[in-house]
Amino acid sequence: MMSINHFLIFTTLLFLIGLYGALSRRNMIGILMSIEIMLNAVNLNFIFFSRFLDVPAETAQVFAIFVIVLAAATAAVGLAIVLQIYRNQKTIYTDEIDLLKW
Amino acid sequence: MVDILKIALIPGLPLISFVVLTFFGRKLKRKSAWVAISASIGSCALSFCQILPVTSGATTHITFPWLVINQVPIEFGALIDPLAAMMLFVVTFVGSLIVIYSTGYMHDDPRFPKFFAYLSLFLFSMLGLVISPTLVQIYLFWELVGLSSYFLIGFWFEKYSAAQAGRKAFITNRIGDIGFFLGIMTFFYATKTVRFVDINPALAHTYAGSFAVGVASLLLFCGAIGKSAQFPLHVWLPDAMEGPTPVSALIHAATMVAAGIYLVARLFPLFQVFPDASQVVAIIGTITAFGAAFFALTQWDIKKVLAYSTISQLGFMVTALGVGGFSAGTFHLMTHAFFKALLFLGAGSVIHGSSVQDMREMGGLKKEMPVTFWTFVVATFAIAGFPPLAGFWSKDEILLAAFEHHHLVIFWTLALTTMMTSFYMFRLLFLTFFGAKRNKHHAHESPVSMTAPLIVLAFGSAVIGLPGSPLMHHWFQGFLSSGHHEEIHMNGFVVSISVASAAIGLALATWFYLIQPGLSKKLAEKNWLLYSASQHKLWFDEFYDATAIRAFKTSSKKLLDFDAAVVDGAVNQTGIQTVNMSRIKNWIDRYIVDGFVNFTGWFVSTVSGIGRLIQTGFIHNYLLFVLLGLLIILYAAL
Amino acid sequence: MNSFAPLVSVVQYVLMFIVLGAAIVTVSIGNLFRAAIFLAFTLLGVAGLYFFLHADFIAAMQILIYVGAIMTLVIFAVMLTGKMQDPLVAQSNRQKIPAFIILCGVSAFLIPTILKAPWRTLATPHATTAANLGRALMGEFVFPFEIVSLVLLVALIGAIATARSDE
Repeated sequence: MMSINHFLIFTTLLFLIGLYGALSRRNMIGILMSIEIMLNAVNLNFIFFSRFLDVPAETAQVFAIFVIVLAAATAAVGLAIVLQIYRNQKTIYTDEIDLLKW
Repeated sequence: MVDILKIALIPGLPLISFVVLTFFGRKLKRKSAWVAISASIGSCALSFCQILPVTSGATTHITFPWLVINQVPIEFGALIDPLAAMMLFVVTFVGSLIVIYSTGYMHDDPRFPKFFAYLSLFLFSMLGLVISPTLVQIYLFWELVGLSSYFLIGFWFEKYSAAQAGRKAFITNRIGDIGFFLGIMTFFYATKTVRFVDINPALAHTYAGSFAVGVASLLLFCGAIGKSAQFPLHVWLPDAMEGPTPVSALIHAATMVAAGIYLVARLFPLFQVFPDASQVVAIIGTITAFGAAFFALTQWDIKKVLAYSTISQLGFMVTALGVGGFSAGTFHLMTHAFFKALLFLGAGSVIHGSSVQDMREMGGLKKEMPVTFWTFVVATFAIAGFPPLAGFWSKDEILLAAFEHHHLVIFWTLALTTMMTSFYMFRLLFLTFFGAKRNKHHAHESPVSMTAPLIVLAFGSAVIGLPGSPLMHHWFQGFLSSGHHEEIHMNGFVVSISVASAAIGLALATWFYLIQPGLSKKLAEKNWLLYSASQHKLWFDEFYDATAIRAFKTSSKKLLDFDAAVVDGAVNQTGIQTVNMSRIKNWIDRYIVDGFVNFTGWFVSTVSGIGRLIQTGFIHNYLLFVLLGLLIILYAAL
Repeated sequence: MNSFAPLVSVVQYVLMFIVLGAAIVTVSIGNLFRAAIFLAFTLLGVAGLYFFLHADFIAAMQILIYVGAIMTLVIFAVMLTGKMQDPLVAQSNRQKIPAFIILCGVSAFLIPTILKAPWRTLATPHATTAANLGRALMGEFVFPFEIVSLVLLVALIGAIATARSDE
């Protein structure tokens, strides 16, 4: 029986690692990968809560499935966008793309 | 309405003619004369329509309110009473004849249409003046008359002397008109009316002692002095002879100069209650009559002689009005209009035919210009006062008025003037038409358009005196005074003096210029002072030049200096100060107003520049800021 | 609870450390291809953890979808943008240190919160089967299920439309 605190700290750290990756990576694909890590951390939390807290197990797992599906959608659309940016701007480094400004 | 239109068209037709000729004169060329002639004859016919009812005692008085001053309306309109009717008759009839005559006289002038436009303008002004029912309206037309006379005198403005003469006439008239205008104001102030119908004996008696009204009447007389060329403002009329001769006939003999007499006649009830004012009028008239006759004695220019003669005759009229001979003065006005117009037109015909104006170069024109000669003879006898021609009856009446009102000095002076009149007129006649030819030009008789008016006027000069003569029981005088009949007797003494003076004048002229042609020169050398006094018109022009004009010029110069130094200085200073003020304002504008605006801009751009730093456009930065915000919220929530 | 419980617990902790380690490598390594490989390890570790949490179906899904599909996609993308994957080019931007500090701040907030929270855990943990899960999806959650499938469809069409070259 592992400690609930340990597991939550683990998922928190995993989430923060993913967040760190999203903040520090300049490669868009890297950022997408970091986001996957964050989503996994969240999914882990769902599953964990469904097992040890007073919520129906099916509800949490259904949410986890939805998250996985949406992650797949994110990955597909995100990578498509990355490819398109690469094609147009000849770069996928975020600090070389400042089209958001003016 | 139709009646009003009929009256309005009397001055209206010449006005229409003026407008038409002004705009289409160039196109109409010679035909423009027909426009002017038909307009003048039309208004003559309309005038006769108005005059006929007046002879049976009906006075037309139409007014429309124009201005209201202190609840007193000032009106415009028309007043046709016997006096106005008489003037209408003279102006339209003589005017029409002169317009017809002008077609011949001005035949070769390059500005032929313009001349008829001006003539029409003059007729319009004069007729408007004649039918004016108020002093204000008469003043308006008075000035218009002055203006058109200025145009006509200066018609040959290429000639320096003509332009000068036009100016001189205009300015001299202004001097009188200032008095006239002040007089109108004073009169209005004192009596609260400017209507001629109110100027009647009844009203005059209520103001008999009023100082203001007395002054007003004298001031109003100033206008007449200017317009009728009375002493001391007579100097413009001889110079005005620079204008074309029909103009001299129309304006400076028959009509415009008569306007002054007309005004005095209109104000006659007023003068009657102010004996001092009448005295002034009479004395000025007498001085003018005598002085002008004296000047006329020695002039060589045929038109100058006639000009002085005109002044002299106007003096007669003024004197008549001054001594109380209302009908005598106006009667003489009418007769004089005829024979003086005839004399001027005759002189014009002579000038036209012989191309000279100096009598020393004329002579012997009797055979070459028979029509002109015979009509001239009629006019000369008329003006000299030989019965039964027009001048005799009216002049006799003036003498009678002076005699009967016991102005004996005036009476004798006028008698002497009559003699002089006769003398200078026959001198003119003899020098021009008799004797040997003194130049080589071949003179020719004038065309029919010129001689026809001469004949008509000669006929008029012969018979126009009859209505005022005992032969017609003084019908004219009765007509004028309409009602209270002036009792007029022929005074045998006065008649004999009058006829005797004229005869002496004729005899002297015959002696000097036909029988002993050299005598006049000797006499002139012997009495050189008297002669040159007459020749130089008592140095009036020189005197005015030295006093009034010199003083005026000097003061003008002074004023110019004042203007340059003070007024311009003030203006310049204002400008300089404005520039200085503007500099200060500019500085304020640049450094304070603009500074404030710039500071606002600078502040906004700086602050937003700081704010802009976080808007990098890089998504990882934005994400970091999101987290930072999250962190802040989290810790804030604690 | 069976007699393997302590061992299971040890394996779980080992897995957790593997996942953390792989994740750290994933976000920090310069070579993106290797990062993708380590991401796969992370995901596999997570799948293992699902397994230990008695979420068999989710674990299977994790392996199928993530490791099977998404990783393939990622690696394809990495290869397609191969020119950008030069190891000599820095793969992290200049906000590494501020990001780290802020994340430390977040964790300094979150970890004490987790520790302080009064978790009311169940005595006997829940467990469910794939059959129950299927019933829930087709019963209680049928509407979100349909929405998610629509979202997925739209996302895939969008991805194709976006990635399509202009000609």
